[in-house]
Amino acid sequence: MKLDVPSDLGMVGDAVELVASHLPPGTLSPRRISFNLRTALAEALGNAIRYGNGEDPDRVVRIRVELGRDVVRIYVVDDGAGFDPSHTPDPTSPENLEREFGRGLFVIRHLVDDVAFNEKGNGICLTLRAG
Amino acid sequence: MRFTLKKDKSGVVVVGVEGQLIVGNRQELKQKVLDALEDGSRKFVIDFSKTGYIDSSGLGVLVSLSKKIREQGGELRLAGLNADLQTLFELTKLDTLFSITRTAEEALAAF
Repeated sequence: MKLDVPSDLGMVGDAVELVASHLPPGTLSPRRISFNLRTALAEALGNAIRYGNGEDPDRVVRIRVELGRDVVRIYVVDDGAGFDPSHTPDPTSPENLEREFGRGLFVIRHLVDDVAFNEKGNGICLTLRAG
Repeated sequence: MRFTLKKDKSGVVVVGVEGQLIVGNRQELKQKVLDALEDGSRKFVIDFSKTGYIDSSGLGVLVSLSKKIREQGGELRLAGLNADLQTLFELTKLDTLFSITRTAEEALAAF
């Protein structure tokens, strides 16, 4: 499945539902789809639109979904310059706990089985395995 | 996705979140609560019993609202988190920032 999403934060919810509702039954447990996949994809897509594409209406975010026997991989790629994912502060440290922003990658890493970035830093791959 | 606001007889505003609280709709929730705060309400319960998922932007807006309400001498409580949402609050340690009850009724009774 491939999906191009306009750089409009208001589209995140609909795009997430479109992807989640098109996964074949049995690929992942309903609970993993309803919570882990939806939350992680909303994070990745929101980050791509806001920080990657700067909400520029002339840019799109590309989503590609790959299905394996017991695995789902979701690639989310924006048109931005990329970023270094190794330099993100710990949102659970006392000095960051009351900050409004900065939890996105932390949440993604806890909800999926594997997270990978492309070399440029403008693409993320979310891997969720069955079970 | 939909937000509902109801004020109970003791003046506590109960906000229902149906669907999801994410980057695309968090401003709508924030504005509704800030409007009620501006109108004089000080006690708030956000009821997540009909909420499927919350992203980090949704969590962030709750942190922001809690601060603004506290600055006005009020309090924001959360209720109705399912097991997955409760885990999300625990792993982000936001469960230490909020008063969280099993149901909205319990939150109301504790005010």
